[in-house]
Amino acid sequence: MTTPDLTSIFAPASTPARSIVDLSFFVLTITGVIFVVVAALLVYAVVKFRGRVADAGSEPPQVYGSTQIELAWTVIPILIVIVLVAATARVVHAIQDAPQPATALEITVIGHQFWWEYQYPQLGIVTANELHIPVSDPARPRPTFLTLLSADTDHSFWIPQLSGKTDLIPNRMNRMWIDPQRTGVFLGQCAQYCGTQHAKMLLRVSVDNPKDFDAWVMSQQQAAPEDSDVVDGRRVFETAACINCHTVRGTVANGRYGPDLTHLMSRGTIASGAAENTAENLRAWLQDPDAIKPGALMPAMKLSDPELDALVRYMQSLR
Amino acid sequence: MTAAPALSIPVTPASDASPAWRLPDRGKVGMMSFIIAESAIFTIFVVAYLFYLGKSLTGPTPRDVLETPIFYTICLLSSSVTIHLAVKRLARGRSLSFLLLWLLTIVLGGLFMYGTAQEWRRLIYEHGLTISTNLFGTTYFSLVGLHAFHVTVGLAMLAIVLVLGLTGRVRVAQSARVEVLSMYWHFVDVVWVVVFTVVYIVGR
Amino acid sequence: MLQSWVTTVDHKRIGLLYILYALLFLVIAGVEAVIIRIQLMYPHNDFVSPQVFNQMFTMHGTTMIFFVAMPILFGFGNYLVPLMIGARDMAFPRLNAFSFWLSAVSGFVLYFSFLGGPGLYGAGAAPDVGWWAYAPLTARAFSPGSSSDYWTIAVLVSGFGSVATAVNLIATILGMRCPGMTLGRMPLLAWLYLTMSGMVLIAITPLSAAQLMLLVDRYLGGHFFDTQAGGSATLWMHFFWIFGHPEVYILIIPCFAFMSEIIPVFSRKPIFGYPVMVAATVCIAFVSMSVWAHHMFTIGMSSYANTFFVITTMAVGVPTGIKIFNWLGTMWGGRIQFKTPMLFAIAFLFQFLIAGLTGIMLAAAPFDWQLGLSYFVVAHFHYVIVGGILFAIFAAFYYWYPKVTGRMLSERLGKLHFWLFVIGFHLTFDLMHVPGILGMPRRIYTYEPGRGWDTLNLIVSIGAFIQGVAILVFVVNLIVSYWKGARAGKDPWDGWTLEWSVSSPPPAYNFASVPTVASRRPLWDEKHPEDPDSRYE
Repeated sequence: MTTPDLTSIFAPASTPARSIVDLSFFVLTITGVIFVVVAALLVYAVVKFRGRVADAGSEPPQVYGSTQIELAWTVIPILIVIVLVAATARVVHAIQDAPQPATALEITVIGHQFWWEYQYPQLGIVTANELHIPVSDPARPRPTFLTLLSADTDHSFWIPQLSGKTDLIPNRMNRMWIDPQRTGVFLGQCAQYCGTQHAKMLLRVSVDNPKDFDAWVMSQQQAAPEDSDVVDGRRVFETAACINCHTVRGTVANGRYGPDLTHLMSRGTIASGAAENTAENLRAWLQDPDAIKPGALMPAMKLSDPELDALVRYMQSLR
Repeated sequence: MTAAPALSIPVTPASDASPAWRLPDRGKVGMMSFIIAESAIFTIFVVAYLFYLGKSLTGPTPRDVLETPIFYTICLLSSSVTIHLAVKRLARGRSLSFLLLWLLTIVLGGLFMYGTAQEWRRLIYEHGLTISTNLFGTTYFSLVGLHAFHVTVGLAMLAIVLVLGLTGRVRVAQSARVEVLSMYWHFVDVVWVVVFTVVYIVGR
Repeated sequence: MLQSWVTTVDHKRIGLLYILYALLFLVIAGVEAVIIRIQLMYPHNDFVSPQVFNQMFTMHGTTMIFFVAMPILFGFGNYLVPLMIGARDMAFPRLNAFSFWLSAVSGFVLYFSFLGGPGLYGAGAAPDVGWWAYAPLTARAFSPGSSSDYWTIAVLVSGFGSVATAVNLIATILGMRCPGMTLGRMPLLAWLYLTMSGMVLIAITPLSAAQLMLLVDRYLGGHFFDTQAGGSATLWMHFFWIFGHPEVYILIIPCFAFMSEIIPVFSRKPIFGYPVMVAATVCIAFVSMSVWAHHMFTIGMSSYANTFFVITTMAVGVPTGIKIFNWLGTMWGGRIQFKTPMLFAIAFLFQFLIAGLTGIMLAAAPFDWQLGLSYFVVAHFHYVIVGGILFAIFAAFYYWYPKVTGRMLSERLGKLHFWLFVIGFHLTFDLMHVPGILGMPRRIYTYEPGRGWDTLNLIVSIGAFIQGVAILVFVVNLIVSYWKGARAGKDPWDGWTLEWSVSSPPPAYNFASVPTVASRRPLWDEKHPEDPDSRYE
């Protein structure tokens, strides 16, 4: 898994993002030309018509206006606007009204303060924060269509290299699609201010080749593995109120308020990207979430050291 | 830089300027501007009301509980007629007619408020509809309440003018200002026509 | 002395009160910006906590719009409009004073929030919901305590003050022009303030209505924006932006007015195309009421709705561009004097051009799906507000300060202020477009390293500090010149409108006798009796 460090809108890896880049170049060219022309005229005016010492005391010819010139610089901009509108409307329609092929993967994204819930209704998977989707081959397209919902306030799903952003708004269902053309890990984050930890509601999308994707799906579909080594930790998990908020499939834990932890160790980060998924960070997070993500809605559970250690070992067993 | 000579011929104050120079009356322009601003506020509340029609998740619907207030609407709309006549009487110096018509306006407006109060009592206590019951309750009480607030403020101002009138301070010279106040009252009535149509006709 | 200022109903004094009040809040909101930029200099910086940062950007935005820009523009309007139309005062002097004090109190209500709750270093109960205060973040469930109520009430009350001032300006401009000053002969400043005031009437009030609804939700258990009860979060957005977009035109139109007065005088030519300038402004006012949802391109409206707003948003660029061309046409063939007001005006033209073009880019909705809610948008609107509005306001200061005080501002300090500010402005806001393109969203108290945002943010912050220094130079100039500036006389710039016909500062009654005018440039006619404007209009 490569770790990219650029989330530029000009490095598209998916069809909608690419269409947007193409439109951008067209718009930028036109606005660039306008800028060069008008700025040049401005510079010329400032240089050519500067008042000279010799002019002191006399006024230049007093010109009040010119109907032809006004007409010219009204009509030309109108024509430019018509062209821009036409180009834009085409892309708006192409992206928003794109038909959904039968091969599309359906994912429901639910925004929470401050993490992402992902449900794959066709596959019976529920996971959080890190999304896996299959790469889409132009010959056999397999785009991913996302349904966007919110459990609390407004959020926005933005992975610049994959597509433009769409908001997650409570009591409203939004739709968007991505059609990734190459594998890799793509980053983004919540783009609509949603509260204290809006800044750390990060997004991580892994676009997998078909084999890897199928393997991932299979492992996600399993319930949590039974591991006799971590019985202590599991008991802590089940008695310390964790099950009120979290789900671990195959156990009594089926809380919906916080992320599904069934396959926690399949993720590279915790706390929606706020920290790397290491034992040390897990322990710090469990001890006091505020230390990593001040304002996160998970309370510090006030566990003793042995309880914490056992719990971390249990978490690490959730592959 | 040439020194600018004193500008033009001294003239009498603008308000006494030659008949060729007429400007709109600033009281009327001011009140019209205020009315435009207030109309925008009411428009937003009406939009919210219409937007939420049929969207309440629970609770009584407009059809269940609303009764069309025909009588009280007639009262309010008639008060526009009476205030208009009052202003015309004042302009002609007919103080007594002015005062009587003005008083009648206040009475009719007061009846409208009484009607609103009755309706709200019925809705709250007999049907359990309050501002927090559901979307209909919120939008209904807010819209009608905003209008009722404006009627109340209007009645207060009308009452002040009535008292001033009874003490002999409202004469022909004040008729322009009284007319400006009457514009506000007409505005309140026009708003009621809109609210009435939206709530009791369209909304049911 | 203090009492005379507190009880004044003189439009000139009220105008100055508005301006001084706005300058105070400019410094405060500037400090908030500096705090934001210090926090963002490095990734994972901990200069302030996330809670305080969120309060900083909320207060910075709210203050700058409602307690700096609006009051300063009403202040200039108050001072200049009666003078320029040959009137002795505004139509309703007492209402004028009432409006000022209402606005003034509201600013202090907002800032009182810092003292509530946990107190100042925890930044108290200052609102942290962003200056748009989107629902349902402002619902009791997500904003317990009274922080968002401070925002709602302060802005609501200041809105009433703004509407009252607008009523006053309209009544003044329509009802109190001096004899001979038909609508076709009034200075463009009067036309533009008339237009702006008309917009205030119908654009500020939707926000007031929405805020009343929010108060109903928070205090009376209402459900206007309660998504749990079937309410709509997007309804707030629509109401807010129906206010919010016209609001930015409300702010820029008076700045267009300043440009339309200053550029002609320093080019030594009349404004090019006066009737077209009026028509374009009125056109902008109407069209700008139909563009609001371009702030909502990402909320999932249908392709038809989105396309409609693409059309209207791009359309409003046409009359706006026409104005730029007309200013250019005014300078063309002139004899440009590079005094400080004109320096700021020329910079305005360049910067407003760029800001308008990035606006056209954002109007292309798919482009906005990428760049909306990112630092590209932050760069765009600061380009308009700082590069456009603030530069125009500086130009206005340098132009009319002599009239108000009887002293010239120092040209030396003025040029220092100008160049420092230009450098700081461009360092910050030119570069700021790039993190947006590289995926950096808005309103984040920190960011991840290694995205290519680090160095850019650092330089952006340095530019902000430079702008802060430039503002200090400006404030020093304002203060020092009051005592040490060269005496100005009636007409230091060889101007052509009525305010230059009275002493500096003007007497309390403005005009010894109400003037009569026969053209758009009454003083040109006086100075050039052989070739008066009245012959050509």
